[in-house]
Amino acid sequence: MAGQQRVYRQRIRSTQSLKKIFRAMELIAASRIGKARAKVTAATPYSHALTRAVSAAATHGRTDHPLTSERKDTNRVAVLLVTSDRGMAGAYSASVIREAERLIERLTDEGHEIDLYVTGRRGLSYFAFRGREVVQEWTGDSDAPTVELANEIADRLLASFLAPADDGGVKALHVVYTQFVNMVTQRPRVIRLLPLEVVDGVSEPGEHDALPLYEFEPSAEAVLDALLPRYVRSRVYACLLQSAASELAARQSAMHTATDNAQDLIRMYTRLANSARQAEITQEISEIVSGADALAAS
Amino acid sequence: MAELDVELVAADRSVWSGAARAVNAPASEGQVGILPGHTPLLALLKGGVVHVTPTSGAALDFTVTGGFLSVDADRVTIVADSVETGRTPA
Repeated sequence: MAGQQRVYRQRIRSTQSLKKIFRAMELIAASRIGKARAKVTAATPYSHALTRAVSAAATHGRTDHPLTSERKDTNRVAVLLVTSDRGMAGAYSASVIREAERLIERLTDEGHEIDLYVTGRRGLSYFAFRGREVVQEWTGDSDAPTVELANEIADRLLASFLAPADDGGVKALHVVYTQFVNMVTQRPRVIRLLPLEVVDGVSEPGEHDALPLYEFEPSAEAVLDALLPRYVRSRVYACLLQSAASELAARQSAMHTATDNAQDLIRMYTRLANSARQAEITQEISEIVSGADALAAS
Repeated sequence: MAELDVELVAADRSVWSGAARAVNAPASEGQVGILPGHTPLLALLKGGVVHVTPTSGAALDFTVTGGFLSVDADRVTIVADSVETGRTPA
């Protein structure tokens, strides 16, 4: 009987230390999420300026740039999957991977071959465990992505989009990432990044002011050549930042739930330990009483 | 008096924005000077120093490493790959 009590006490102690860990991780995620959201906000002016410039250049220059035209010579499609480096974030990685699997299935059904690019160790280990080939992976910075990392990823993907068909060229690039809606909602999303769709009038010119006649320096083509890769880089960076904010938010809420659950477990074990102690005392008393009775009777 | 509405942004942050009298930037084919009323322009930048003269206060220098510049109805947007404040030797 004393054994039972000791077991409960041990469980309470271990759950208490787990709870401390969960609590610490929740606080860490909470403190980092502010920074992650600030980075999302800080990157917005750049992408707005780029979008405006790209649509201006596209309206005035030619739009049949290699990055905006459909390729017919190959069947390969690149998929970039953005996951986290660490778990402990609830369903964050699982749901973005599920979204990617759905996309891959759809593309395979349409007769495409898939080139997988993965950021984050969770996604990588998922595919490694299933023995599926990943063309290139980037790990280590999933909760605080840098511009340099985004540029590296974007340049690699641009290179494979522009590569000839027999040299691993791809005809399209899809990005699967998690959109940060708010602290409790993060939504896995798929976007097709390449070939680019240049939408005229993204800057929404009012109907009274005619589209300005831009002068280009050195030329409209050269400007577009320089703008489009930057645009892709900024989109990739935005996806990474959104995913990072989502990861931290998911981790914070998962760890909050874990802390609450640990608290519940501690309460339950405390009750069980108390009743085990009571049962033990009751048994000892009845043993003493019945022993005394037996002695008195003899 | 007409003035320019200038915004200088880097990939990961907005560096400076405000009203200015003139902007001087290193375009790919030589320095361009922008004054209020400039015709709409989209120019690539090479590495160099962007010089901004605000309507109030001292002139500002920013060292950029490539990017582009757009001018549209006295709205100047300078988008740089990376920016450092001051005239640091590249």
